[in-house]
Amino acid sequence: MNLAELTKLLKAEVYCGEEKMDSQISFVCAGDLMSDFLVHAEPNSMFVTGLVNVQVVRTAEMLDIAAVVFIRGKKPTDEMINLAVKKGIPLITTTATMYLCCGMLYEAGLKNVPLPSVQATL
Amino acid sequence: MVKLKDITLEHHIKGMDFITAGEASSNIKHTLQLIGYPPAIIRRVAIAAYETEMNLVIHANSGVIKTSINADKIEIIAEDTGPGILDIELAMQEGYSTAPDNIREMGFGAGMGLPNIRNCADEFTLDSVYGDGTTLRVVILNQ
Repeated sequence: MNLAELTKLLKAEVYCGEEKMDSQISFVCAGDLMSDFLVHAEPNSMFVTGLVNVQVVRTAEMLDIAAVVFIRGKKPTDEMINLAVKKGIPLITTTATMYLCCGMLYEAGLKNVPLPSVQATL
Repeated sequence: MVKLKDITLEHHIKGMDFITAGEASSNIKHTLQLIGYPPAIIRRVAIAAYETEMNLVIHANSGVIKTSINADKIEIIAEDTGPGILDIELAMQEGYSTAPDNIREMGFGAGMGLPNIRNCADEFTLDSVYGDGTTLRVVILNQ
């Protein structure tokens, strides 16, 4: 699915990255621990998180993450938006909970990021 | 890929500075993109560099990251004069962390940093003297 379709599905508000709405997203990585993100590096992925700090954007940048979704209506700070604009990473917010957001994305056909052992064979 | 001689980058990292934390790694990543390194290798370097940089920010008072890039490999050497690591074997265990609560609230401190770096690297050396400082050397080969 592309980001525009996902944004509509999640009834999400877009804070930046409107120009990237036709990005294709295949995988989702959800969580609140930076390390959980850093272990699973896969392009065309989206973060789903309740963590709101500038390092989330940095982590997304390091891993070439296609977009970051914040759950439960959490809004990114101005600092985060400025950095995300600089790095070309869309930031969007859904009012859904983590569970519901993940459920909707999974039902829409988005897969879990491949596990490291699989990546090692690629 | 552009034919190149050694490129060296030096980044000074300030402890507990969570605003600029990540800029060094971003700079290293961007340099590799400009050179034309393959994306999969850039990602491994980015993860190793970022975890290294965050370790310096979180645990060391300050440190220096020296990155050497040539056509064959990328070498990252991170040196600090922070508190050092008491038990390196323990520090390398997944899930073991000495990070305080305020760091964990930011989403860090899960104890995966050093294991993540090692998993990204082709060569990994960690030396530390408790009370004196730590040196980490990571090499990622272009292959």
